[in-house]
Amino acid sequence: MSEKLERLSQVLAEKLGERAKSLVLASGELTLLVSARDYSSVALLLRDDPDLRFEQLVDLTGLDYSSYAGQEQPGRFAVAVHLLSVSKNVRLRLRVFADDESFPMLDSVCDVWPSANWFEREAFDLFGIVFPNHPDLRRILTDYGFVGYPFRKDFPVSGYVEMRYDQELGRVVYQPVSIEPRENTPRIVRDENYGNVGNG
Amino acid sequence: MAEIRNYTINFGPQHPSAHGVLRLVLELDGEVVERADPHIGLLHRGTEKLAETRTWVQSVPYMDRLDYVSMMCNEHAYCMSIERLLGLEVPLRAQYIRVLFDEITRVLNHLLAVGTHALDIGAMTMVLYTFREREDLMDAYEAVSGARMHAAYYRPGGVYRDLPDRMPQYEVSKWKSAKTVKELNENRQGSLLDFLEDFTQRFPKYVDEYETLLTDNRIWKQRTVGIGVVTPEKALALGFSGVMLRGSGIEWDLRKKQPYEVYDQVDFDVPVGVEGDCYDRYLCRIEEMRQSNRIMKQCIDWLRKNPGPVISSNHKVAPPSRERMKGNMEELIHHFKLFTEGMHVPPGEVYAAVEHPKGEFGVYAVSDGANKPYRLKLRSPGFAHLSAMDEMSRGHMIADVVAIIGTMDIVFGDVDR
Repeated sequence: MSEKLERLSQVLAEKLGERAKSLVLASGELTLLVSARDYSSVALLLRDDPDLRFEQLVDLTGLDYSSYAGQEQPGRFAVAVHLLSVSKNVRLRLRVFADDESFPMLDSVCDVWPSANWFEREAFDLFGIVFPNHPDLRRILTDYGFVGYPFRKDFPVSGYVEMRYDQELGRVVYQPVSIEPRENTPRIVRDENYGNVGNG
Repeated sequence: MAEIRNYTINFGPQHPSAHGVLRLVLELDGEVVERADPHIGLLHRGTEKLAETRTWVQSVPYMDRLDYVSMMCNEHAYCMSIERLLGLEVPLRAQYIRVLFDEITRVLNHLLAVGTHALDIGAMTMVLYTFREREDLMDAYEAVSGARMHAAYYRPGGVYRDLPDRMPQYEVSKWKSAKTVKELNENRQGSLLDFLEDFTQRFPKYVDEYETLLTDNRIWKQRTVGIGVVTPEKALALGFSGVMLRGSGIEWDLRKKQPYEVYDQVDFDVPVGVEGDCYDRYLCRIEEMRQSNRIMKQCIDWLRKNPGPVISSNHKVAPPSRERMKGNMEELIHHFKLFTEGMHVPPGEVYAAVEHPKGEFGVYAVSDGANKPYRLKLRSPGFAHLSAMDEMSRGHMIADVVAIIGTMDIVFGDVDR
């Protein structure tokens, strides 16, 4: 498998040249980083080039790196796309960072892979990443009239509002949350070799 | 002339054929669907966000609740993602147990899928038959994990414990007489493997029964042949996987193409459809059940002959045995650290996919070295399939919408996450 990926990595480096900002082979997976400017042109090339032929977009997800403790990342919001070539039996992860942190915006790849449609709606709904040329960019998973982007790191797990049925008004009302957020196990990052399986 | 206009109707969220909480806004021209707009998210629980606030192991039971008819396959993908990040080897016996239970899960899922699909479009009897066999398999779930559905049996590094030597027995009660109990317990006298072997011998006959009911049934064929046809190119572009892709004639099965665990050691065939309609997908599901039965048999044979550990001996990941924990200081520390702080997974990212009964179920895990995931993305097959609802149902009659939902094998825990 890794031989195949190394070959793919070389082909990509050749075809993309400057456009491939980085090509990383880790844990048996290849990650390609491109800039937001080149995103849609690279997507088209990945699908149509006879040496690449990534026919299927398996997954597309938003990412918020604002509190990432690992290696420093070139931006806050990113989209990771998992591509699969059924004909060549190989996978690729394509990552692209949005330039503007306050209003993250990226090209839509719906016209390249139609399956991106709902995945991009989800990324918009949960992370607030906007895809300007998306055909139907509506919220998808959250409630009608929901405010905020729940999967951003600065959005609390318990949210801001809760819903209950009001006996007197005879309808459902929203009110500020009354539950205290609780953390049973704190989040800890240990130094490098702490969790290393080899040390066990 | 009468004024003709399009109707917009609401299908669901509470509709017996919606397989859960699907709100489908249908725009109709007479009885023909012009546009279908699924509104999902009514079962959204924010599993991915919740997982960010739990340690790695604490999220295993959440995985059961995603696709609540194929529990262990979800756990499998999640555990595999952690193992890949850690670079952890799983003991061979655990791999065989996982394959065995993946296939049990596949049969469980297809039984429900075929049974309810038939129920939705008018064949009431099917579901009664398929649920009879589901009962046996859920007993197998119960025997290994103590839970009939939400098992939490797979753990990073292996499975929680070895297969039991004794099957749980029925007991005499107000509702079950001594005679009934004796009959029910007849094939439960031996170990779990004996029980499952007995099942694999009975099962092909049961599948024949389902086929007698449906395969040549005129009404079933009228409702499924030529309905919801997807061309191979379309299926790929729409992000289909699993039976939805194979039904359209693309030979793609992760168990064969990108084998994980011991799928390269077992012998099985992958059925592929021709027309890409609901009927072909039904035939694929039926054949997959037969093939799963074959895999189960091979796993049972192997498991009988090869005892061994079922979870990694690395106590930074998997807890030590109770006995050793109580007699050894170091093991006690491991145990304490593991159950308070949890395991630490090195920084990195990984996408682990399994051939889930419904399609490709993937877990994209990003770790920054903490005891909790930084981001967990669950790629559920149902989400991609349902997004093609508009494409698939356009131009069909309103009654066919139900057949299409059935053939997609939608489960809302999986779509909404």
